[in-house]
Amino acid sequence: MLELINVKKSYPEPDGSVLPILNIPEFEVAAGEEMALVGRSGCGKSTLLHTIAGISRPDSGNVRVDDWEITLMSESECDRFRAQRIGYVFQTFNLLSGFTALENVLLAMRFTGRRPNRDRARHLLERVGLGERMTHRPPMMSVGEQQRVAVARALANQPKLVLADEPTANIDTGHQQQVLDLLRESCREENVALIVVSHTPQVAEQFDRIDNLEEFNRVRAKK
Amino acid sequence: MSLWKVAWRSIQQRALASALTAFSMGLGVALVVAVLVIYSVVEKSFRRGAQGYDLIVGAKGGKLELVLNTVFYLGAPVHNIPYDYYEEFTIGRFETAVEAAIPICMGHAYKGAPVVATVPEMFDKLKYLGEYKYEFLEGGNFTYDDHYGAVVGWEAARKTELKVGDTFQPVGVSPDGTADHEDEPFTIRGVLKYTGTPNDSAIFINMEGFFLCPAHTKPDSPAKRLLQLDKTAPGNPEKTGNVGADEDAPEAGSDDPSAQQVAEEHTGDPQQQSGHEKHAHHEHHKEVTAVLVCTDMERPQLAMNLAEVVNEGQDAQAVKPARVISNFLSSVVGNIELMLLVIAVLVVIVAGIGIMVSIYNSMSDRRHEIAVMRALGASRWIIMVVILMESILLSLGGGVLGVLLGHGLIGALSPTIYEETGVVVSALEFKWVELILIPGLIILATAVGYLPAVAAYQTDVAKSLTATQ
Repeated sequence: MLELINVKKSYPEPDGSVLPILNIPEFEVAAGEEMALVGRSGCGKSTLLHTIAGISRPDSGNVRVDDWEITLMSESECDRFRAQRIGYVFQTFNLLSGFTALENVLLAMRFTGRRPNRDRARHLLERVGLGERMTHRPPMMSVGEQQRVAVARALANQPKLVLADEPTANIDTGHQQQVLDLLRESCREENVALIVVSHTPQVAEQFDRIDNLEEFNRVRAKK
Repeated sequence: MSLWKVAWRSIQQRALASALTAFSMGLGVALVVAVLVIYSVVEKSFRRGAQGYDLIVGAKGGKLELVLNTVFYLGAPVHNIPYDYYEEFTIGRFETAVEAAIPICMGHAYKGAPVVATVPEMFDKLKYLGEYKYEFLEGGNFTYDDHYGAVVGWEAARKTELKVGDTFQPVGVSPDGTADHEDEPFTIRGVLKYTGTPNDSAIFINMEGFFLCPAHTKPDSPAKRLLQLDKTAPGNPEKTGNVGADEDAPEAGSDDPSAQQVAEEHTGDPQQQSGHEKHAHHEHHKEVTAVLVCTDMERPQLAMNLAEVVNEGQDAQAVKPARVISNFLSSVVGNIELMLLVIAVLVVIVAGIGIMVSIYNSMSDRRHEIAVMRALGASRWIIMVVILMESILLSLGGGVLGVLLGHGLIGALSPTIYEETGVVVSALEFKWVELILIPGLIILATAVGYLPAVAAYQTDVAKSLTATQ
């Protein structure tokens, strides 16, 4: 479902030199598979997720999602593809504060180019236990509730892959498990592949597959 | 969820800043609306006020002064013309070219309302706005014999609280605006219905009563008296019908030695001379401010030449009020309107720049929000369109507010404008040019929204997302 081959990514430094971030010969995730991606801060986890989502372009290599080669797509095609096939859960939830819970989910649907499915948006919010809080805006919700809205939003367009970047980092311990369970259950129900980036061992240990980016990223391996 | 709603939500998030920028736009638009509507109403009112007659004949001098004074009751009183010149239009050489000739005498007021001395035909033969007959809300017109009868305009009745049966004393007003004498009291016979013309604000009195006041006649030059005595000599059929009407009039000017001398020299009969003197005084020392002339439509050629013939003479001038007003509007008022409009449009542009600054300044706070939308699949173009929509919504919102403010302002000021100028302005007076404001504001909003939209377009998603992690 997800395949990265010889993906390299680097950033220019202010002194004109180039700082390599990613050098991944091969990385695969099967359809419906759940995995944890771990590694130290700054090892390139977020950059990898951005590259998979098409937010950042690799300097070289191939990124295939659901048999679509996203490195060959134009930027607008990539945007549309991301909206339709990839769900994103951010560490800081990144809900739009001016919109209600329902509108946050509907907004994600809007960017697919298709008519937003209000029934599905409601269903997803009910599924994450926010049936009574659909018209509430993020500032009126607890952090746990906000992250549940983020989960519903990530699944809004029936994606093939959900990328979760430290989804429990900003949640108190009591709610961390709840959100993680919800995310995994929802992905299972929808048969969605899930990559959870975390540097919390308790989170990573719950997954059958745990990949350490520092082990397969040759940039870091050299250091 | 439409993109308009996305833009609207962004505006709501910055409610205060958005409201202030929209308000500044509103003020600019209100100014544009006020200028457009007031000019349009002023123009219409001026044009309408000058309808109902083709010519105004008055003393030689400023044409505009004559029209403003006689039609709109504005400005300082103009000089008068002899009463017998008026008679040229009723029984004299111009009679065949006119359908109606209405004399008016200005220079009096009552409680701030101009008092106009005229004849009953003013309301019987003239039509206001060119086609409507004058009607009375209460009572009716005064008659010739009712020397101290009067009719009050709709607005003047409201302002002076005069009603049918009330009496009042017009006060003569000097050119410097001060009262110089008081007349006999007149009695209100009728209250006119609303006409939307300057006549609403005036009181009309019988000219016969007006001339009965000694202050309203003045001695003629000896040469003119000689001419008048010739005209009023027994056997002259032109004037005999009016003698009886003058018997009740107070005698004035008989102590003028030069007049007596002229009369004696002419007739040689002291008794006859005395009678002639009296008649001459009452009939020929009268003056009128102007004559409102309706030309005879069945004799268009005569009518066309009438103004030329009058203007060729030394006694008076004839002006076409519609043309004078048209020239006045285009040369004076039109330029003022243009100047005000330019200022108002500049205010709108400044307000537009305010919107640009407001949105652009918000960009640093919104980069993260934009990055999130991009991460969710929004293209650069969608982000750009949302920002432009935001600019358009603010501009149009300000525009709608401005239209309401502008018309509200007009409504609020309309009584004052009416009081001061006699021009009727309504808050609901819309001008089609206002419709240009909509595409105009959209174009302005697109132009001023372009810079922040480009800034949004160029947002580095990965960098903005990473910065907040």
